[in-house]
Amino acid sequence: MFSNFDFDVIRRSLPYLFLDGMTFTLTLTALSAVGGLVFGTALALMRLSGFKLLGRIAGLYVDLMRSLPLVLVIFWFYFLVPYIGQWLTGASRPIRVGAFTSSLVTFIMFEAAYFSEIMRAGIQSISKGQPAAASALGLTYSQSMRYIVLPQAFRNMLPVLLTQTIVLFQDTSLVYVLSIPDFLGAASKVAQRDGRLVEMYLFAAAVYFVISSLASYGVRRLQARIAIVR
Amino acid sequence: MIEISHVNKWYGPTFQVLKDCTTSIAKGEVVVVCGPSGSGKSTLIKCVNALEPFQEGQIVLDGIKVNDPKTDLPKLRARVGMVFQHFELFPHLRIIDNLCLAQEKVLGRSHAEAMAKGEKLLKRVGLTVHANKYPAELSGGQQQRVAIARALAMDPIAMLFDEPTSALDPEMISEVLDVMVDLAREGMTMMVVTHEMGFARKVAHRVIFMDTGEIVEDAQKDDFFGSPRSERAQQFLSKILSH
Repeated sequence: MFSNFDFDVIRRSLPYLFLDGMTFTLTLTALSAVGGLVFGTALALMRLSGFKLLGRIAGLYVDLMRSLPLVLVIFWFYFLVPYIGQWLTGASRPIRVGAFTSSLVTFIMFEAAYFSEIMRAGIQSISKGQPAAASALGLTYSQSMRYIVLPQAFRNMLPVLLTQTIVLFQDTSLVYVLSIPDFLGAASKVAQRDGRLVEMYLFAAAVYFVISSLASYGVRRLQARIAIVR
Repeated sequence: MIEISHVNKWYGPTFQVLKDCTTSIAKGEVVVVCGPSGSGKSTLIKCVNALEPFQEGQIVLDGIKVNDPKTDLPKLRARVGMVFQHFELFPHLRIIDNLCLAQEKVLGRSHAEAMAKGEKLLKRVGLTVHANKYPAELSGGQQQRVAIARALAMDPIAMLFDEPTSALDPEMISEVLDVMVDLAREGMTMMVVTHEMGFARKVAHRVIFMDTGEIVEDAQKDDFFGSPRSERAQQFLSKILSH
C-alpha cells in the first residue's frame, strides 16, 4: 500500500527538521511558557488585588485574549508590533521586528491569559491562614506573596501549568501563517518542495504525538509525586 | 503593654462581633481569654496585631496605635508573636527554614545568625532532630511547637495564642502546653485564647470571659475560678470543668 510513498525523504530532511524546525519550536515554547507565566502571574495578582480598577483591566485583558482565535492574534501582532515599537521608541517609521520576536510576543501575551487563570486558582487554593501567618511574622504583602503564597500556588498548579505548556507546544505550529520554519513549517516546506505531502505530514503528526504523549506521561508521574509530598 | 479600649467591630452593616471591648495586659502578665465559640475571642486577639480590622475604638501596643493608618503594620507585627489554631507552618519550607525566613527577610539577620537562633529554639522545644523535615512529616503537637519557636525567633515583646491546642489530638495537648507554661514562667507577656482551664489555673494572672462579643468578666485568676460574678461565666465554668 505504501509502495508509492518515499519515506526516505524523512531521513534526508531530518537535520533540517530537527536542528532548525524543532529547535525553533522548542525555543518558542519554552520562552513563551516562562514569559507567559511571569506576565500571567502579574495579571492574576492584579485581579486578586484590592484595587478594583487594576482587577478590571486585567479581567478585560484575559477575557479579550480568551475570546479571540490564536491565529488572528498571531496575525494581528505581526502587523501591529512594528507600529507599537515605533510608538514606544519614537522612531520615524515602523521598526522592523523579526518573525521570531513577533511570534514570541504573541504567544507570551496570549498564554499569559491562560496562565493567569491557572495561577489565580492556585493562589486562591492557599488557605487564608498562610498569608495571615506571614503577616503576623511581619512580612509585607509582597514578601508574603513572593516567599509564601506564590511558591505554594506554583507547586500546586505545576501539573496544570505543564499541561497548558504541552498545548502551547502544539499551538506554536500556528506560526506557519507567518511562513516561519518551525517544526511543522519546516516539514511543510520539504513536503511541498519534494511533493511528499503525505509522508511529511504523517511524520510531523507522529513527532508531535510522541513528544506530547511523553510529556503528558511525565506530568502524570509528577502529579503522583506531588500528591504524596502533600 | 497592650491597651484595648472601647473596640467595636462589625461584620457587614448589622452583625456586631465585638462590643465595646476594653482591657489591658501589662508587661509580663499572662491573660487567658475564654468563652463559648462565636463569642469573639479569636476576633479580639486578631485585632491586637491588626490581622482583623475594627471600626471603632483603639488598641495600643507598646505605645504604638495599631489602628492608626500611619502605623507601619509589618514592623509592629514583627514585634508580637502569634500562634494559630492550625499551626500555619509554611508547608513548602523545611522546619529550620520556617524559623529562619522572617528573621532574615524582616529583621535582616544574616543566614548564619538566623540558623543559630533557629537551632537554639528548636532545641528548646525539643525538635532538633526534625530541623530538615517538612511540616507535613511532623505530628500536630510537634508542628505547633515549631510554630511557637518560629514566633519566638523574632524576639517578640509579647505572644498571642489563638486556640493553640484546639486542633490537637488530646495526647498532644500537654506537650504544647508545657512549652507555653515554661514561657509564662519566664515572664513573657502572653494573651492566650484557650479552653484549657488547667493552663489558666497554673500560670494565668487574669482571666477574661467573653460572650456574644462582650467582655463579661475580667478578673484575677483566683477571683475568676473562686467566684465568677456573672451568671454566664458561672454556667460556662461549670460546663467545662464538670467533665
